[in-house]
Amino acid sequence: MHNNIKMKAENVDFFYGPRQALKDINLDICEKRVTAIIGPSGCGKSTFIRLLNRMNELIPNTSLKGRILLDGEDIFGQQVDAVGIRRRVGMVFQKPNPFPKSIFENVSYGLHVNGVKDKKLIEKKVVSSLEKAALWDDIKDRLHESALKLSGGQQQRLCIARCLAVEPEVLLFDEPCASLDPISTGKIEELIMELKKYYTIVIVTHNMQQAARISDHTAFFLLGELIEMGKTQDIFTAPKDKRTEDYITGRFG
Amino acid sequence: MRTKDISQKIGFAALFMCMLVTLFFLGAIIYFIAARGIKVISWEFLTQVPKAGMTQGGVAPAIVGTLYITLGAIAVSLPLGLACAIYLCEYSPKGIFVNIIRMSINNLAGVPSVVFGLFGLAVFVKFFKFGVSILSGSLTLGILALPVVISATQEALTAVPLSLREASLALGATKWETIKKIVLPTALPGILTGIILSIGRVAGETAPILFTAATFYTRRYPDSVFSEVMALPYHIYALMTEGAHPKEQTAIAYGCALILLVLVLAISGAAIFIRQRQRIRNA
Ligand SMILES: Nc1ncnc2c1ncn2[C@@H]1O[C@H](COP(=O)(O)OP(=O)(O)O)[C@@H](O)[C@H]1O
Ligand SMILES: [Mg+2]
Repeated sequence: MHNNIKMKAENVDFFYGPRQALKDINLDICEKRVTAIIGPSGCGKSTFIRLLNRMNELIPNTSLKGRILLDGEDIFGQQVDAVGIRRRVGMVFQKPNPFPKSIFENVSYGLHVNGVKDKKLIEKKVVSSLEKAALWDDIKDRLHESALKLSGGQQQRLCIARCLAVEPEVLLFDEPCASLDPISTGKIEELIMELKKYYTIVIVTHNMQQAARISDHTAFFLLGELIEMGKTQDIFTAPKDKRTEDYITGRFG
Repeated sequence: MRTKDISQKIGFAALFMCMLVTLFFLGAIIYFIAARGIKVISWEFLTQVPKAGMTQGGVAPAIVGTLYITLGAIAVSLPLGLACAIYLCEYSPKGIFVNIIRMSINNLAGVPSVVFGLFGLAVFVKFFKFGVSILSGSLTLGILALPVVISATQEALTAVPLSLREASLALGATKWETIKKIVLPTALPGILTGIILSIGRVAGETAPILFTAATFYTRRYPDSVFSEVMALPYHIYALMTEGAHPKEQTAIAYGCALILLVLVLAISGAAIFIRQRQRIRNA
């Protein structure tokens, strides 16, 4: 398997105030693959994934050491604008968080803030994004109804559609199914498998079966450290580190 | 078990009684004002200027004056208060400095309104030479309303979930776009509540306009923001304390009070209507 490296963490330390949440993380994220991040609660999975689109800098008193590269360029570099990075690296959150607006407005929002003015184009992109997120058939005749009327699973797919509309290169998912029922979860998983043809995907998950089902690579975090990373198959069948094995076999976590 | 049951019942009964007492006073106010005020209300009363030493004609200039001053005050306090609250909530670095500002603003809400009146007299009437005018009165009342607008807006802004802000930022929106397009619309119902409250306060204030905007008697309608005007609250005050016909004047004062009540309710009603519509849109 020949993989291009899309994103790369180099010697990343991250601190909330004096507390170190990530310790010397080195990790490669391959283009058009699904990378899963697993590990027990509080081990720094969200902290790490939120560094990849610079969401963590919204929290005061944090500090970062090391570099995070997107196509070889440091996303925290002097000349680099966080807004531009977030356009290229989209994010879907743990709890569906649609705007209290119509379905259409939710999807078109990202286009508006990125300066797309052409109404025809916006409409086209809204439809295609909803199609890509496998939501179009559910909602095609209620585009202008409030997004908050959708079910949890539909809301999460809407959040994915909203993300796709701005045509990011990388998609980050932070436990996207944590608040969903098994059927909705299945739909999101199918969707992620489909999306990896076009996007580089990083997914944080609590659910090891999920990681095993949908990811190509898996990284195991523990107490802020990257313990082991490799092909998902290898991690789940022949983990090199004892702690990985303990976690995967359910001995803690 | 039994005694618990009984004490609970007594508790509820006491709460219920308190609510009844409140309702009673509210009803009594409305009843007495309405019963006495309605007697003098007529088309003429609403549309004519005062005549014969305040005992005849109407109070139209006072209605118009109150409307102008109130709208003027909102025009002053709304943009200022919004901007201030947005800055404090969204932009200012958190720390002692901002806490002191917040505390000062809250204290400003407790300053007696006659102090605002003197301030307005010194600053707007005298220093800026706006004279006794709609402009001076609106500015004074606007500043009086600021703390209410600011704290209500701050509350409404803080109540907007972080998850919505994050969603917007993660889509490549700037902070300002996020505030403008997501945070403010979501917070609008709460902001409107603050404005409703401040309207109630502003429209009925007497002391701040005493020296800055109001005159007891004019036959003219204002022709610019530099005109002095009659205003309902001050008119009531004057009717009850000056003049040579206490009996007729008292009746007119109740009429004015009724109009003021209806005016405030109407403005608040409009704001509540907008708020409900926004809530439905947001839901
Ligand atoms: N905003 C924050 N401020 C301070 N500490 C935080 C914050 N967010 C997370 N942490 C701490 O950082 C560690 C990692 O958290 P997180 O990345 O959310 O873990 P995970 O997503 O793996 O459950 C935890 O110990 C948590 O308490
Ligand atoms: Mg997490």
